[in-house]
Amino acid sequence: MLNYLWAAMVLIGVVWGAFHGTLGDVTESALNGAKEAVSLCITMLGILSLWSGVLKIGERSGLLKKFSRGLRPFIRFLFPQIPDGHPASEAMSTNIIANMLGLGWAATPAGLKAMEQLDRLNPQKGTATNAMCTFLILNMSSLQLIPINMIAYRSQYGSINPAAIVMPALLATAVSTAVGILAAKLLERIWP
Amino acid sequence: MTLILYLSDMILPFVLFYIIANGLAAGRPVYDDFVEGAKEGFGTVLGVMPTLIGLMAGVSILRASGFLSFLAGLLSHIISEELVMPELISVILVKLFSSSAATGLALDIFSQFGADSLPGLSVSLMLSCTETIFYTMSVYFMSVKVKKTRYTLPGALAATAAGIAMSLFLARRM
Repeated sequence: MLNYLWAAMVLIGVVWGAFHGTLGDVTESALNGAKEAVSLCITMLGILSLWSGVLKIGERSGLLKKFSRGLRPFIRFLFPQIPDGHPASEAMSTNIIANMLGLGWAATPAGLKAMEQLDRLNPQKGTATNAMCTFLILNMSSLQLIPINMIAYRSQYGSINPAAIVMPALLATAVSTAVGILAAKLLERIWP
Repeated sequence: MTLILYLSDMILPFVLFYIIANGLAAGRPVYDDFVEGAKEGFGTVLGVMPTLIGLMAGVSILRASGFLSFLAGLLSHIISEELVMPELISVILVKLFSSSAATGLALDIFSQFGADSLPGLSVSLMLSCTETIFYTMSVYFMSVKVKKTRYTLPGALAATAAGIAMSLFLARRM
């Protein structure tokens, strides 16, 4: 995907620039863009290292496990078809909590394992079950509680208060997740 | 809204306090754990650096060539500019496919309008409450060879649309 997207950006830019006489600007800003990326990464090195260090403390002290257990009633409500204590529920909890904390590296493996477990309960291979649809909708409704990357970007680009977006973003995420769950519950009744 | 912004200031310090206090209570060597995690974070940033360099150069090329303003002009015919700025529409469309490319466009909006401007705030919120739907769906469904995805896409699009609407609403009130 990114291969085409990126190639299109550069190719269209160069051709468009050639026809509109902006090739000089194109050269200069290609170099500036690359330079800007490096200074952005220097800011991110500080903020993201700090954050992942703190999250590591949380992980090691068992917070991840504690939260996953707290999620059980919620999982039971969302996925009534899945038998209690099934490995699929455990993998889904881990995926959801890791997504909430913004731990992408922990979320994806757990999510893939959840899909594999859900597929074992699938009577019709090749067609998504209700649980799969709901799980992925939830996953794609964005669950991250603190958008640390965005805070880092904002701080690099001179925001007066980079973290001002934390609470509004949390609200927006809550709304998108609520709508996702509602849509999933509604569609599962009417979709063949 | 004042309360919301006030809470924004509180959350990060609170989370820091909670996690570290919890680690101490669990008898963990918290600083050692921290350093280990920070090292991983360091590696993550170094890992995305080449991607960011490529994408930011790409977006800059598009911007400088004048194509982005042309595209924004085209999009402003389709959707009223007062509702959603055309620059934001391109970010939304790109975000459905690639998170890092959308970030490149968002950073372009930051440098053009400022991170605390209305478009800057809108894009900050939008990218914080949406996911790369098409990418995620293909990775997860491909892993179990599911072809018929049923209502996953409409459901995910509904959630994304709600998040975007909420972001635009909140950004105007910040």
